[in-house]
Order: sequence, then structure tokens, then C-alpha cells
Amino acid sequence: MSANPFSLWVYLSQSPLLWLTVTLLVYATTDALSLVTHRHPIANPVLHSIWITGAFLMLTGTSYTTYFGGAQFVHFLLGPATVALAVPLYENRKVVAAAILPMLAALVVGSVTAVVSVVLLAEAVGLPRAVVLSLAPKSVTAGVAMGISESLHADPSLTAVAVVLTGIMGAIIVTPLMNRIGITDFRARGFAVGIAAHGIGTARAFQVDAVAGVFAGIAMSLNALVTSLLVPLAVTLLVR
Amino acid sequence: MIASLSLILLCQLAGEVIVRGLGLPMPGPVVGLLFLLLLLLARDRFVALARGPLQQDGVENASRGLLAHLSLLFVPAGVGVVQKLDLVAEHGIAVAVVLAISVVVTLLVTVATFLVASRLMSRGRSAP
Repeated sequence: MSANPFSLWVYLSQSPLLWLTVTLLVYATTDALSLVTHRHPIANPVLHSIWITGAFLMLTGTSYTTYFGGAQFVHFLLGPATVALAVPLYENRKVVAAAILPMLAALVVGSVTAVVSVVLLAEAVGLPRAVVLSLAPKSVTAGVAMGISESLHADPSLTAVAVVLTGIMGAIIVTPLMNRIGITDFRARGFAVGIAAHGIGTARAFQVDAVAGVFAGIAMSLNALVTSLLVPLAVTLLVR
Repeated sequence: MIASLSLILLCQLAGEVIVRGLGLPMPGPVVGLLFLLLLLLARDRFVALARGPLQQDGVENASRGLLAHLSLLFVPAGVGVVQKLDLVAEHGIAVAVVLAISVVVTLLVTVATFLVASRLMSRGRSAP
């Protein structure tokens, strides 16, 4: 017991173990709170995990790079989780096949709306060009959006933040919004949140209804394809 | 469990190889999703494929496990906001408003398109 507490902290704060534990522990807590509130939209576990973890990093003066050394093991699973979406898709293939035309129509119109609306609004409020470009792919899942942002010479880390923020907003707003306007078709509700709010929206959809979750997952995968083609085009046409 | 996870990673790996190799403008994991879907469909047709992770719900259970906590996987990218605090101070409110309006517009337009298309389709089908 000769090591002083400070050197122990210095050692731990640089190790992936501490930051992986913090990531999982904070999420487990916020997810438990979300369950206690019967999955109330405002108790969104991603939102609360991010600010709590972010505040902890700032209080302890830890850099994001150090934090990511531990959190990367979680971040990595985004890829395999995308592949895993094949399973709910397979299990609901009959429902999906029956709705193939509405899905394609909603996909095209929805992804164009997602990109065009954010570019036009961002230009209208006078955000700098680099920010506009970084926001353009905000409705697709993090890995894909960062790739698009890079190819536009925008700021991929800003894009990642915009992506997560968009996902949280979509996940919070979708249930009250759809209930308010009286949409009861869970295929349509799920598909819309998958287009607008990618994986975080899909996670929310799975909490509400299994069919909604499946349609959100398909929408998110298809949107990743369409948006990678669409953003470069939209940016050439719309950004000064 | 290990075999099922390996199969998922293998699909992703094959997707990345194809996307990078052919220079396709799509994400590798999405192609991996297509591979896993094709494998599952092929298994129902050819009994010989139903072994290892493709039997007794092996890969199905592993996938459900991954998807059960999909939101957790976005936390590390989201915490990246701590690197952007100067930008948040300067443009944070404008960015938040722009994103919020865009999300609501996208949700409404997508859900409306889906419902209209699905109604047109069922009308086309029930017409004589």
C-alpha cells in the first residue's frame, strides 16, 4: 500500500480499462433510469450518457483521445451491429416484402428531404461553409457520415457530433410527434425514424414496437446507401 | 456464441473487402448485412448450410444481443462533443435549431410518403 493515490489515478486515467468501465457504467445507469420511467422519450439513455461522461472528462481534465482509447471497443461494435440488422430483416421478410414500394418511395423522398433541408436551413441562418458541409450527412449512421464528411473535406468529428445530436432529437421527438398527428402504422413510423435519425432512432423504435424497429433498421441501412450518393450532388448544387 | 460472432465479423470483413476492392460508394457493413441476409435465406433452401452458427438460432441470438443495446454504441462518438466546445459556444444554438427543424421535417415528409404510397398500392390492388 505504498503507492500514493495520485500515481494510481495517473496510471488508471491513461488505461482503456477505466474509460471502458465508465462508458458502460454510465450507460447502464441511464438505461436503468429510462426503464424506470417506462422508456419516456426525455429519459433517452444516449443523451444522458453523453453529458454525464463529457462532464466527467472535463472535471478530470481527460482528453477525448485518452477516453476513446477505452471507448473504442464499444464504438467498434457499430459495424457488426449494422450487419446484425440482417436478422430482424430476415425474420420479418414477409412484412417487408409486402411493403417494398412504399419503402422505396419514402426512402427517396425522405433522404432528399433530410439532406436538402439541413443544407438550406444552415445556409439561411448563415453558418460558415465548413459547418454546412459537416452537417449535410447528419441523418446517416456515424461511420458512414464521417466518411462522407471526409470526402467533402469537411470536419468528420463535427459530423459525428451532428449525427449523434440528430439521432437523439429524432428519438426523443418521434413518439410524441407521431401520436399527436395520429399515425398508427408502425411500419411508417419506424421507417421515418430510421431515415431521419439512423441507429439512435432505430434503437428507440425497437423499444416501442418490434415491427417499427425492423422498418427503422431497413430505412437506416438503405439511407446509408442513398445518402452517400446524394450528399456530394446536393452540396454541389446548393452550397455557394 | 464465438462462432456466431465470427460469422457476423466475417460478413462485415467480406463487405469491406468488396467495397474497398471495387471502390463502391457504400459502407462495408451494409454490404455485410446483405451477405448475412443471403446466407440466412440460402440456409432455408439448402439444408447442408444449416450447421455451426446457422443452426439452433446461433447467429440470430448473437445479433439480437448486439441490437438490444444499439444506443450504447453511439455514446463514444457523441462524447466527441467535448472537443467541439468552442464551436458549440459560437454556433451551438443555430446548429441545434437547424438540426431540430430538419429532423421534424424529415420525419413528417417520410411518414407521409410511406402512407400515401401504401394507400395508393392497396387501392390499386383492390380495384377490379
